[in-house]
Amino acid sequence: MRLRRTAGERRRPFGLRTRLVLAFLLVAAVSAGTTAALTFREARNAVLGTAQDTAVASFREQVQQLGMELPQDPTGLQDVLRDIARKGKPHPWYVYAEYGSIRASSAAAPTSTVITPELRRTARSNPHGSFERVVKDGVPYLTIGMPAVFRAGANRVMPTGLVLFAVMRMSEEQAGVEALVVAARDGALPGLAIALVPALVAARSVLRPVRELRKAALSMGSGRLDTRIQARGSDELADLARTFNESAGQLERSVDELQQAEARARRFASDVSHELRTPLSGMLAVTEVLDEEAERLDPDTARAVRLISAETGKLAVLVEDLMEISRFDARAAELNTDEVDAAETIRKTLEHRRWTDRVRADLPEGIRARLDPRRFDVVVANLVGNALRHGGAPVTVRLRTAAGGDGTALLVTEVADSGPGIPPEVLPHIFDRFYKADAARTRSAGSGLGLAITLENVRLHGGTVRAANGPEGRGAVFTVEMPLRVGEAVA
Amino acid sequence: MPRVLLIEDDPSVREGVELGLRRRGHEVRTASTGEAGLAALREFRPDLLLLDLMLPGMNGVQVCRKVRDDSQLPIIMLTARGDDFDVVIGLEAGADDYIVKPARTEVIEARIRAVLRRIEEPGSGRPVVEFHGELAVDRAGLTVAKNGERLALAPSEMKLLLHLTSAPEQVFSRQQLLEHVWEHSYHGDARLVDACVRRLRNKIEDTPGSPRYIQTLRGFGYRFGPL
Repeated sequence: MRLRRTAGERRRPFGLRTRLVLAFLLVAAVSAGTTAALTFREARNAVLGTAQDTAVASFREQVQQLGMELPQDPTGLQDVLRDIARKGKPHPWYVYAEYGSIRASSAAAPTSTVITPELRRTARSNPHGSFERVVKDGVPYLTIGMPAVFRAGANRVMPTGLVLFAVMRMSEEQAGVEALVVAARDGALPGLAIALVPALVAARSVLRPVRELRKAALSMGSGRLDTRIQARGSDELADLARTFNESAGQLERSVDELQQAEARARRFASDVSHELRTPLSGMLAVTEVLDEEAERLDPDTARAVRLISAETGKLAVLVEDLMEISRFDARAAELNTDEVDAAETIRKTLEHRRWTDRVRADLPEGIRARLDPRRFDVVVANLVGNALRHGGAPVTVRLRTAAGGDGTALLVTEVADSGPGIPPEVLPHIFDRFYKADAARTRSAGSGLGLAITLENVRLHGGTVRAANGPEGRGAVFTVEMPLRVGEAVA
Repeated sequence: MPRVLLIEDDPSVREGVELGLRRRGHEVRTASTGEAGLAALREFRPDLLLLDLMLPGMNGVQVCRKVRDDSQLPIIMLTARGDDFDVVIGLEAGADDYIVKPARTEVIEARIRAVLRRIEEPGSGRPVVEFHGELAVDRAGLTVAKNGERLALAPSEMKLLLHLTSAPEQVFSRQQLLEHVWEHSYHGDARLVDACVRRLRNKIEDTPGSPRYIQTLRGFGYRFGPL
């Protein structure tokens, strides 16, 4: 049998492989990202911190050196500022001074647009000065505000009211930080790419055993119970494979035992019927002698003799039915088909059993079907016989053709009676062997195998038989559907 | 009443059938093995042979072939249903009919009568000897000759040929032939007809593979001719 391609075999968008690869990449990205971010932050702070510490310290020193000799006129002040501007560390800076309304600077413009009011405020209030990093038009600046103070005692300083500001471009530091970002990114991307390789390898090593397991399970499901998986290594998947193999072995053993037990039971039933048949053949040949002689015997002996004769006949029917059933069970039943006129076949069944005046037949002419005439006779006879025994008159046999679900032409035979119908609890068991609808009823006229044999015969023809109750629950209706198979080669 | 030789190894069947038939007026001789049966055949000269298929030693099919070698004695096989394979082989070996065991004596006797019954005489106005191609069929003398040479036909083969030639070119279904030639029920075993047709073709046709006299109409049955 070919393995069917089931839904599971498709490549799923979020299958195990995709999820494993995504998980690996995610872990790699997070660790690379975190490392890069932490490194970046520390490095950036180190670079910027060093630069601004140097700048603030050197600016404070410059301002302190001014002392009290600060010129009060803007031009003089400007000279001083230019002098300070030349000593900018670590980069050149512009220096601005504010005193009351006086504004002076080492640059062309007397005031700078980079200095924020916030810095102005804190620079005035804090005698040690204050600084701020500002980004203007994409250029980073360090701005430092430093009040000029004079010593008013041992531990006291007084502000002079003059505040000096330094503005320094931090382009170099910015370039250094940007280089750090690029380095972090360039390091992380190949890392991610390299992480793909172990991800795919891991996915493969997981998926291969999973695929093998799936194939093996499918194969088991289709009946090959000797399917086993090669268990490699000692990981959890190998354990799973070994467990699968052990379970498969146990399943195979128990199925095997069941099959053997079933075969034994069937063989036994077949052997018993076989052994019964030989003595019955002899007995059945002489029942006539008993029947004829019974008249001349005394009444008790005559009754006993007639009983033996009658029961021998029933026993022969039962044994024949048992043999028939065991042939079906052993799949040894043969279908000897011939193309026949369906109406004629049913009519002959009714005539042969002298049922024509008790059964209404609705048999359209001209329906030809390929079937086993003997087995079809058994089917119709069992159904009509059943209807006459358990149902009520009138019994009707109807014949028609229909199209099956897959378009095959079907021969439909319907046997309906006018009795009380079949109780709903009996319906599912009506074709069971030896099923007794009424537990109190000890034995019916038939062998108790009639409907079971009917079912098997219909199945052998590739057909179905079902039992139901007619409209308004009046009367049982048995419907047999068999393929017409007209025009097929002679079997 | 006909003389019947019964070859059957099971004592109860042998005794039962013998008792039943004898009470109905048949003269019955029994044998428990094929070899003993063949010996009794020459000495008893029966009208019909009832032959069990499952025999120890020489089996029923072998006995059947042996008998057919030099005789057209009517042969009815006794068989159990389910031994289907043997039925076909037995029919191919030349048996005329078979009975499924267990069977009542009346059934066995009815079959014996059917096999022994002569086919109905043709109505007046028909010639006693009919010619169909190279075949000459003598309905009264029950002989068939091909190119002047007499053919040895078993009773069932003879009856089938007579039935088919009584209405040349008419199609008979297997079921109709079972009813009229074998006097079985309509639902009888069509393999009986097929096996008999094969045997008959081997005897009367020039090339049995492409028959001229007995033609098959697939899905319908058989007919004689047209030549």
